[in-house]
Amino acid sequence: MRIECPICGSRERREFYYQGADGMIARPDPDAGGEVWHAYLHLRDNPAGETRDLWYHEGGCGAWIVVTRNTVTHEVLGTRLASDAREAAS
Amino acid sequence: MTQINRLQGGQINRDRPLKFMFDGKFYQGFEGDTLASALLANNVRLMGRSFKYHRPRGPLTAGSEEPNAIVELRGGARREPNTRATTAELYDGLVAHSQNRWPSLAFDAMAINDRFSNFLTAGFYYKTFMWPKAFWEKLYEPIIRRAAGLGALSGREDPDVYDKGFRHCDLLIIGAGPAGLMAALTAGRAGADVILADEDFRMGGRLNAETFEISGQSGADWAASAVAELSSLPNVRLMPRTTIIGAFDHGIYGAVERISDHLHMPDADKPRQILWRITTRQTILCAGATERPIAFDNNDRPGVMLASALRTYANRFAATPAKRIAIFTNNDDGHRTARDLQACGVQIAAVVDTRPDAALSTDYQVLRGAQVIDTKGRLGLTFAEVKLADGSERTLECGALGVSGGWNPNVHLTCHQRGRPAWQDDIAAFVPGGILPMGMRVAGAATGALSTHQALVTGKEAARKALGLKGRAPKVADAEDMPVNMTPFWYVKGTTRGWLDQQNDVTVKDVKLSHQEGFRSVEHLKRYTTLGMATDQGKTSNMGGLAIMAELAGKSIPETGTTIFRPPYTPVPIGTFGGRMRGTEFHPTRLTPSHNWAKEQGAVFVEVGNWLRAQWFPRPGETHWRQSVDREVRQTRASVGVCDCTTLGKIDVQGTDAARFLNFVYANGMAKLPVGKTRYGLMLREDGIVMDDGTAARLEEDHFVVTTTTANAGKVYQHMEFVRQCLMPDADVQLISTTEAWAQYAVAGPNSRKLLEKIVDADHDISNDAFPFMACANITVCGGLRARLFRISFSGELAFEIAVPSRYGDSLMRKLMQQGEEFGVTPYGTEALGVMRIEKGHAAGNELNGTTTALNLGLGRMVSTAKDTIGAALSRRPGLNEADALKLVGLKPLDPETKITAGGHLMRADGPVDAAHDQGYVTSAAFSPAMNSMIGLALLKQGDERLGETLRLVSPLTDLTISVEVVSAHFVDPKGERLRA
Repeated sequence: MRIECPICGSRERREFYYQGADGMIARPDPDAGGEVWHAYLHLRDNPAGETRDLWYHEGGCGAWIVVTRNTVTHEVLGTRLASDAREAAS
Repeated sequence: MTQINRLQGGQINRDRPLKFMFDGKFYQGFEGDTLASALLANNVRLMGRSFKYHRPRGPLTAGSEEPNAIVELRGGARREPNTRATTAELYDGLVAHSQNRWPSLAFDAMAINDRFSNFLTAGFYYKTFMWPKAFWEKLYEPIIRRAAGLGALSGREDPDVYDKGFRHCDLLIIGAGPAGLMAALTAGRAGADVILADEDFRMGGRLNAETFEISGQSGADWAASAVAELSSLPNVRLMPRTTIIGAFDHGIYGAVERISDHLHMPDADKPRQILWRITTRQTILCAGATERPIAFDNNDRPGVMLASALRTYANRFAATPAKRIAIFTNNDDGHRTARDLQACGVQIAAVVDTRPDAALSTDYQVLRGAQVIDTKGRLGLTFAEVKLADGSERTLECGALGVSGGWNPNVHLTCHQRGRPAWQDDIAAFVPGGILPMGMRVAGAATGALSTHQALVTGKEAARKALGLKGRAPKVADAEDMPVNMTPFWYVKGTTRGWLDQQNDVTVKDVKLSHQEGFRSVEHLKRYTTLGMATDQGKTSNMGGLAIMAELAGKSIPETGTTIFRPPYTPVPIGTFGGRMRGTEFHPTRLTPSHNWAKEQGAVFVEVGNWLRAQWFPRPGETHWRQSVDREVRQTRASVGVCDCTTLGKIDVQGTDAARFLNFVYANGMAKLPVGKTRYGLMLREDGIVMDDGTAARLEEDHFVVTTTTANAGKVYQHMEFVRQCLMPDADVQLISTTEAWAQYAVAGPNSRKLLEKIVDADHDISNDAFPFMACANITVCGGLRARLFRISFSGELAFEIAVPSRYGDSLMRKLMQQGEEFGVTPYGTEALGVMRIEKGHAAGNELNGTTTALNLGLGRMVSTAKDTIGAALSRRPGLNEADALKLVGLKPLDPETKITAGGHLMRADGPVDAAHDQGYVTSAAFSPAMNSMIGLALLKQGDERLGETLRLVSPLTDLTISVEVVSAHFVDPKGERLRA
């Protein structure tokens, strides 16, 4: 598997640490309430198809990256820095 | 040393005779032989015993698909079981043994199993060894394990080295037959970066095994000249002896290169094998096709072989299993074998062709519409029984029988991801289908186009497409383009003991039984009968099994479907996957700058993370580790001790928002930490559980240094980067791990200041007034060397941590020891460190165990309610704040002589001892020199309200029950007067 790091370019996936769903970027308000926090921390979709998750370029530049990929075909459809993805979302 | 079955010609080097030994007997072969070809040339057909019935077996094939000729190579620690004789390259001095026989290959006592074959059918184990249940582990399994199986490992450490490597290319070509060579020539001449890999030691594939010509040259010569041209191209890398074992995501292929398997032992500086990870943009699979057998009764005798294998042995290796051979075929290709063998001087007993309309020959007898129905010969074939078209039977005398049931394209690698093979009627075989791995094309016989001409054309076209080459394509060389002419024929009707899977001893009868008992899906068939589950993964057997199952179920073969092909294509030694990661090289070993000094002191080391840390420093006369540890603790508390704490994670945090950032990361407040001060920091996970703890020192307004525990250094850094990039991307803050940049030492004990005053340069006042508890500063030591000093204490004593650039760590340690001599300074290790922190009730890894909250650890009030921090919201969850929540307490045994064990559970003084009445558990325990007793730390329900209560500490695993008193966790200096001194 290879991942395109927005800073370093195409790299072997062994350089990356896999975190999980990209929803971790969208941290709730501290007083959003138990249900919202529960969903943020514990509830995950398990899509057959396109999904977005967070990877950390541990063996490279240290960037946190949002990777859009297809769980069925294993295609990597796009990558962007998590900091950019967050700005775009807000 | 006669090679009575050696023929003329072939691609062996008769100038290089090689001596080898099989089952204690010497033989001679030639360079270019495999073990199997050399044995056949020496008239040895019997090479092994079968897995279950211990039937005599010889080679079925001449390649990596071999199910039968599985031997043990080499000896001693290099003993290599289950090696295919058909691919083992002969070398001088090769030693091989047959397997799965006792006492000898010719007389195998376990062959008695064959007599009981009616009982040992599919599902036998499942049905027979059910009762009594207890017998399985003690009786049945050991017996079965001894009786079955193939070779055995040496049990000794492998003396050879295995390596791993990475390669990259534009185009990977798998297989160097006509299609692969043509693709490589096309791409190589176009300048592309090409890797051509082939499992064989001689490139050329079937060209080396056939007699037909390309442009007037023999196929083998054409292949040799193609290889010569490719070798001259700097952009082409040839990888013979290399098997592509798997196709993985995004153009990554696993490859095993056998560097030294063809040598007596590897050259001094060479590995045995290399596991390559090849990353490529485009791939052309030219894996060829494998001939398949036909099942009939007793078709497993040594001498019954694939017809194409006979051709390979004759044409390439100038060897034949016998001088008189019969052929059993359902297609024209079987006749080619007959012609080739006859040309080599082998007598053709007859060609038995299942097709009533098969072409006759003037050169040999063709029995049309006939079938081989049985064979004879105890340790090797002597007769074949043939049923003729008119129903009469005839016995053919022959030493070998070539069987040709058609060809199966080698689709394996096309299926390693989402590809699922498609059925092609004219060749009655599966061809690549579905979605191929990214960038993969298929050429040659692997596509189902079986002629040489087609191989050359499709190889060239695939390369041109892969590289996007434009312009007119050059014409390919002239080569045979014979159409496939075959009529599917899978097994002889009425067969019971006709072998499908020879390696796992699966017969036609077993497949019928599987169908009868309801195991009809191919995946069930496979598991129930073990068809295709042996080391050859059913390369020659799966299709036959499928065809019979399809017939029984009244379905077509494509409707019945195939099992899934998975990597590796051929077996790979575990050592190759391990590579260099063995023993101490399994993971990196990290040494602190003063490691050598500690080693000189005779320190006993312990692994913490990847680090080696001194655990204690034994002195002469000390015979038990406790003596050393107690001394180190006493001496530190009495005067001064030094501990290497370099391994603690250190993270530099800089920027105008550094304080705001840390205030968010830590549960307790950091924003108002003054410059020149250090603060304990508690880090939570977002779910409210404690992640790690450490200290944050503010060296300047916009510069902090934070520490982490040794084990969590990487994890905490990653977490902080997550917070910085994902949660606070607009903050002006930068992080860098400086763990390796600084050597850091804890100097602890009442004399620690006096010792440091001798080292710290005089212009830095470190008196209690100028440098109070929790102070920090950039200083210089030893006349100008930059250093950092922190007045922090883990031991509870007056203590400092001093850091110098790593390269000065060793010198600083020696200096501290030398200057501390007058105080009787002692180095102390992680054990003494642990004892002192337990005496102080400080939480460490045992308490920060991934289930504890700040409240549990008695640090609940540290979690700020005034600000939003990581983990704060969920730390207020009701479930984590129950009235009977666990609290950190100290424990003392009522009898100071008794031992407290970590992991033991606490129960009330009276009442049941069970999980329902559990009161908590011991997290840490040590002998406290200060208390002169064992002490412990525990997490106890409502512990903070239960001081003075007597509880039972139980450990059912070690049969321990003792009485303990709940006390404050702060055993030593509870008011903290010493550390402020």
